[in-house]
Amino acid sequence: MTPYAVVSQALDGTAALLLAPLLIGWVNQCRAWLQNRRAPSLLQQYRVLHKLFNKESVLAEHASSLFRLAPYMVFGCMLLANMIIPMLSTDLPLASAADAIALVGLFAIARTFIALAAMDVGTAFGSLGARREMLIGFLAEPALLTVLFTSSLIMRTTSLARMVEIMTLQPFAIYPSLAFAGVAFTMVSLAENARIPVDNPTTHLELTMIHEALILEYSGRHLALLEWAASLKLLAYSCIGLTIFFPWGVATNASLASLALALPILLFKLAIGGAFLALIETFSAKMRLFRVPEFLATAFMFAVMGMLVHFLLGA
Amino acid sequence: MQLVNWGLGLLALDWILLLLAGWLLLGVLGVFAWQRFTLVAKVLFPLGALFALGLCLAAGSALTGPTEVAVLPLGLPGLPFHLRLDSLSALFLLILSAVSVGVSLFSAGYFRKGEGTPPGLMCLEYHIFLASMALVLLADDAYVFMVMWETMALSSFFLVTTNHRIDEIRRAGYLYLLMAHVGAIAILLCFGVLQMHGGDYSFASMRAQHLSPFWASLAFLLALFGFGAKAGIVPLHVWLPEAHPAAPSPVSALMSGVMLKTAIYGLLRVTFDLLGAQLWWWGVLLLALGLISALYGVVFSAVQSDMKRLLAYSSIENIGLMMIGMGLAMLFHVYHMPALAALALTACLYHVASHAAYKSLLFLCTGSVLHATGERNLGHLGGLIRFMPWVAWISLIGALAAAGLPPLGGFVAEWLLLQSFLFTPGLPNTFLNMLIPILAAAVALIAALAGYTMVKFFGVVFLGQPREDKLTQAHDASALEKGGMLWLVGLTLLLGLAPTQLIQGISPAVRQLTAFDLGSAVVNNSRWLLAPISVDRASYSPIIFLFGVALSFALTFVLVRRFYHGRMRRAAPWDCGFPAQNARMQDTAEGFGHPIRQIFEPFFRIDRQLPSPFDAAPRYRMVVSDHLWFCLYLPLARLVEWMSRGVGRLQQGKIAVYLMYSFLTLVLLLLVVTQ
Repeated sequence: MTPYAVVSQALDGTAALLLAPLLIGWVNQCRAWLQNRRAPSLLQQYRVLHKLFNKESVLAEHASSLFRLAPYMVFGCMLLANMIIPMLSTDLPLASAADAIALVGLFAIARTFIALAAMDVGTAFGSLGARREMLIGFLAEPALLTVLFTSSLIMRTTSLARMVEIMTLQPFAIYPSLAFAGVAFTMVSLAENARIPVDNPTTHLELTMIHEALILEYSGRHLALLEWAASLKLLAYSCIGLTIFFPWGVATNASLASLALALPILLFKLAIGGAFLALIETFSAKMRLFRVPEFLATAFMFAVMGMLVHFLLGA
Repeated sequence: MQLVNWGLGLLALDWILLLLAGWLLLGVLGVFAWQRFTLVAKVLFPLGALFALGLCLAAGSALTGPTEVAVLPLGLPGLPFHLRLDSLSALFLLILSAVSVGVSLFSAGYFRKGEGTPPGLMCLEYHIFLASMALVLLADDAYVFMVMWETMALSSFFLVTTNHRIDEIRRAGYLYLLMAHVGAIAILLCFGVLQMHGGDYSFASMRAQHLSPFWASLAFLLALFGFGAKAGIVPLHVWLPEAHPAAPSPVSALMSGVMLKTAIYGLLRVTFDLLGAQLWWWGVLLLALGLISALYGVVFSAVQSDMKRLLAYSSIENIGLMMIGMGLAMLFHVYHMPALAALALTACLYHVASHAAYKSLLFLCTGSVLHATGERNLGHLGGLIRFMPWVAWISLIGALAAAGLPPLGGFVAEWLLLQSFLFTPGLPNTFLNMLIPILAAAVALIAALAGYTMVKFFGVVFLGQPREDKLTQAHDASALEKGGMLWLVGLTLLLGLAPTQLIQGISPAVRQLTAFDLGSAVVNNSRWLLAPISVDRASYSPIIFLFGVALSFALTFVLVRRFYHGRMRRAAPWDCGFPAQNARMQDTAEGFGHPIRQIFEPFFRIDRQLPSPFDAAPRYRMVVSDHLWFCLYLPLARLVEWMSRGVGRLQQGKIAVYLMYSFLTLVLLLLVVTQ
């Protein structure tokens, strides 16, 4: 492990922690503009987190220790996920600990814990949310894995850092299979991050809520951690997308200059990605819950088609 | 190897046979101490666990040691028992003994007086069951294999019907016995085909034969049917969800954790070792059947409302995944890609080991829940984490492993399996190299569904509010029970955290079947990084992974406390401000299974009875059952009944008629002979 690797790993983690709420703020801002509303400040999400951290945590009477453990677990998983994904540099010591498949496993741990925590208090909404979250999870996870498989079949590796290196170092080529994979990935990301058309991140007290129903019983610092984890998840998904489809700009050689250059490029890519997300959310309406399996099955089919296209065309 | 030095010049096989004899002795002692419950429970079962521990050591040393053979002067005159201990047998023996250490310890605290079969007799059946499974693994001729296979089936039948006073349990036992014997006939026929040229039933002579593709395929199909009936591949799975809930929990743990694996062992032994895995379509058939079983198992598992049935269906899923690994290994083997065959086979064997650990653990947990509450139905459980925290946290580890989450055992096997799928585009067959990688998507779906099922299992049993008042009186498991479960937790964690070392450990068995040493390749790459092909291709390190999660967890915890505060207050649950909620308003097991029922509707035969608006006492009833039972088994049963009625007509009960039969037979025979 070189000193450079340690620096880039630390930078990757810190950047993820700081950028995640900013990304949410940016998406909210774009959405407000598109809907002709006055936009909240870009830093609003930080203020929300600070407020929640300062508040007292109120626990349900018979909540078990699993309930208190879950926010830390979810946050830890999401932070680790961000540290595995090559956001700024590919020279990450932690990246070899988990390839793309293990990364999906990491998301699954977080999902399992949050679903279990939601069932722990034993309220109607909590268990409803847990069931819905697991429903979306089991449909989205194979689609995500298939997208990653397509990419790893092209690059002949399942390591995300290696994928970036191969893609950026080889001459530019267009892969038709990745187009299908891209559509599938966008749909999965919308579902996994509880965005419209699958779930509405701004709603509360609605029978169709998913993410909000899961965290209904949380308050204070636990809620802050979960909100932060949710924004880290959005950032992680964005960065996975960038890794697979637009990896250019990530530092692949061990120099601090390229690392310094990688940050503005990342910010630029995330700004475009966030605006794109806001656009999708503005243009679509929320679906009925039982349309969601169809939506995700479509994503799964797109991913599988991407794989088939890869075999048929060899690219 | 080391044991040889300690042990007075005895070979590992001798030690193993001595320990098996020790098990049988314990069983016999149990029968003599028929009524002395304390002796049986507190002395004999823990001693059995101790012997199992010895067996672990012996099998572990045999795994890397040379192949050993022995001839026991038992059995028929001129037909002695041939035994052979090679790496494959040693690996399965190691799994058997490692699991039975935990299960025997648990049994010592589990069995109670006055539940059906007396404990002394139970002790005999239990130890005969263990010893016969071990001897199945050691058998080196078809004769001893079949004798032990049948002993295993019979002893487990008696164990399943421990509570034989209950009608339903007797029926389940009957179905199990029936399926076991139909399977055994197929295995017997398979051995018949295998010895067709030599007439010698020893495995050595079967291995030396070269059968034509037709006969080899016939033998393969018979083996697949026979061992498939024991392993529970679809459509031969019907006995599993009936027998597992009927059996006492330690017995279910052994049956699901170990006995199903003897079928996997048998299939590996016959197809890879005796037949030499010759044709590519065998691999495709295994792959297809494995996929169907896995999907079928997991979908049914998600809609069950009996906790042991849920686990039984999940076993079908896992057996399916093992078959998929085996099928891939066979494909790679047929196309002379030994490194990849070794990778896929390692995935299969790793899954065998980790499933043995976590599924036994989960069955033991259901046993503790059953004892504490008397309930098996998920609809009457809930909130147990507050009354039996030990069992709850232990089953959480089991459930996470069964859900295939890193860094536990189930994930490593899944990861290896998916990695081997990603190499299938290299197959030199135009259709296979395009179609098989697509199946990786299906495996991913199965793995994700397993997660859904395990969240349902753990969440409904242990979390939420108790659905019945009596649950608040539930007590935690006893010390011996906890000891047994903790042993299995240790195994699950070990399988999850030390994959490199363990893959190196099982590599002699893999090398025996595929002639490729994956172990040294894995260790060459890195000691703590699991990289089966190369680090650039793919790598996974559970230790660093766990360290990463734990570090982020701890750092978050400390930083939040440091910069903010740890204030906390308890209040009534919020639930959107709805005050009048009760335990009945939580999601039930049926509710949790509803999305699966809706999405996979064609899989089920659903019988709904809806109340009309005018019913005074409205009742809503829904039964989810298996199409195959109605489309395959019941017609078959009717056919058999019809045929036996036809045969019954021959029996008139009059001596004159029987004499006429003899006369006619004689005339016919004379005609044949004179011609």
